[in-house]
Amino acid sequence: MHEMSIAMAVVGQVEEAARAGGAHAVTSVRLQVGELAGVVPDALAFCFELACAGTVLDGAELITESVAARARCGTCPGTWAVGMPPELCCPGCGRATDVELLSGRELEILSVRWEDGPAGPRTREPIPEEA
Amino acid sequence: MCRVVDLRQAVLAKNDGAAQALRDELTARGTTVVNLLSSPGSGKTALLERELLLARERSVAVAALTADLATENDAVRLARSGVPVKQVLTDGLCHLEAGMLGRHLDGWLPEDTRLLFVENVGNLVCPAGYDLGESLRVVLASVTEGEDKPLKYPTAFGLAQLVVVTKTDIAQAVEFDEAAFRANVERVNPGVEIVMTSARKGEGLGLLLDRSLAAGAGTGTHTPVMARRQQATGHDHAPVHGHDHGHLHGHGHGHGADHESDHHHHHGPGHAHDHTPAPGADHGHDHGHDHDRDHEHPQVQPAAQTR
Ligand SMILES: Nc1nc2c(ncn2[C@@H]2O[C@H](COP(=O)(O)OP(=O)(O)O)[C@@H](O)[C@H]2O)c(=O)[nH]1
Ligand SMILES: [Mg+2]
Repeated sequence: MHEMSIAMAVVGQVEEAARAGGAHAVTSVRLQVGELAGVVPDALAFCFELACAGTVLDGAELITESVAARARCGTCPGTWAVGMPPELCCPGCGRATDVELLSGRELEILSVRWEDGPAGPRTREPIPEEA
Repeated sequence: MCRVVDLRQAVLAKNDGAAQALRDELTARGTTVVNLLSSPGSGKTALLERELLLARERSVAVAALTADLATENDAVRLARSGVPVKQVLTDGLCHLEAGMLGRHLDGWLPEDTRLLFVENVGNLVCPAGYDLGESLRVVLASVTEGEDKPLKYPTAFGLAQLVVVTKTDIAQAVEFDEAAFRANVERVNPGVEIVMTSARKGEGLGLLLDRSLAAGAGTGTHTPVMARRQQATGHDHAPVHGHDHGHLHGHGHGHGADHESDHHHHHGPGHAHDHTPAPGADHGHDHGHDHDRDHEHPQVQPAAQTR
């Protein structure tokens, strides 16, 4: 299951950005996952939680935006939904010499939500008994 | 203070960067990497055994690196050909990554290697997303696996530059429907070449070697639709600093055991064993050979279609 490697790569990149940006807690990560990226979102979510443990991303939410695969033929008008399993020959002319995949292979960190500023340790809800 | 920061970073940018750096470095010294992907048991090792032997007969300097979760069986089999072979044990990791490959080649890969075959971990899912710096990506499927596998593993078959069908000697017994298989491959990867082979009976022997040499010569490698650059998203992979593969310092034929440790690598440990033939053995690695020599051999014709 390579989702663990993917999750660790995401965490690594976000950690780097968070360090550079002076963040002390990452609360969510928005990820774009194409239909043809070869990644199972559920497996990724599971691995992401494990990979975040003990890092500045501890407890962060993973928001995945899936991207449908679409293609276009150089000689026929319009675009088509490639689907799963993918159909990469043009449904119009049946050829594929000039087919272009427009979307579907994305695997990208779009944005990160974090807390920065002077607060030192992570802020948490005060527990009444402690107060 | 809470803020949303745009990152727009490809998750595999680090691997892609390391792969490109490795490809540039190896290409510059005349080495072509061939990445072999298939399910476990498709016959990668069996076919490679024959192709390595053939390469040696033709005096083409080849080497092979084989990755498995456990055991050194494949390296032992491949090393019988007499060419430099290295086993990489991934200790649970389901695929190879470019940085790992680079580290394993460092200090092992003989300087004059023309072709390096990489037998990836047997798995049609995980290795598909990882560029290893190869110039030719080959996906193998045996006739026993069913004609629909290209549809079930579209990223693996969709990104292949050559599809090799193996074990054709038993195609009839398992009623392999070649036309259906070809149609399914065509659907996910239009235009990719499909060749028929049998390591057992020798059908299509030499095709893998020929296509690998052709890829090294830069002649007409297939670009799958799935691998063509997408314009729609319009942003580039952010440049990533610190590619983690070292520079390659091949020092010829490393004899004896060569254990390596990957413990600094967060993707888990992994070690390697060098199966270069023992000192004194005729390892037949022909230095200073005439690079044109293999063209004197008759080209293996694409296998005739069965029935
Ligand atoms: N009949 C037949 N069996 C083969 C052929 N190639 C490999 N095999 C068998 O398939 C099994 C798996 O082969 P192996 O090379 O280890 O596959 P790998 O896991 O992809 O490396 C072994 O039992 C081989 O003997 C072939 O061309 N014909
Ligand atoms: Mg094998």
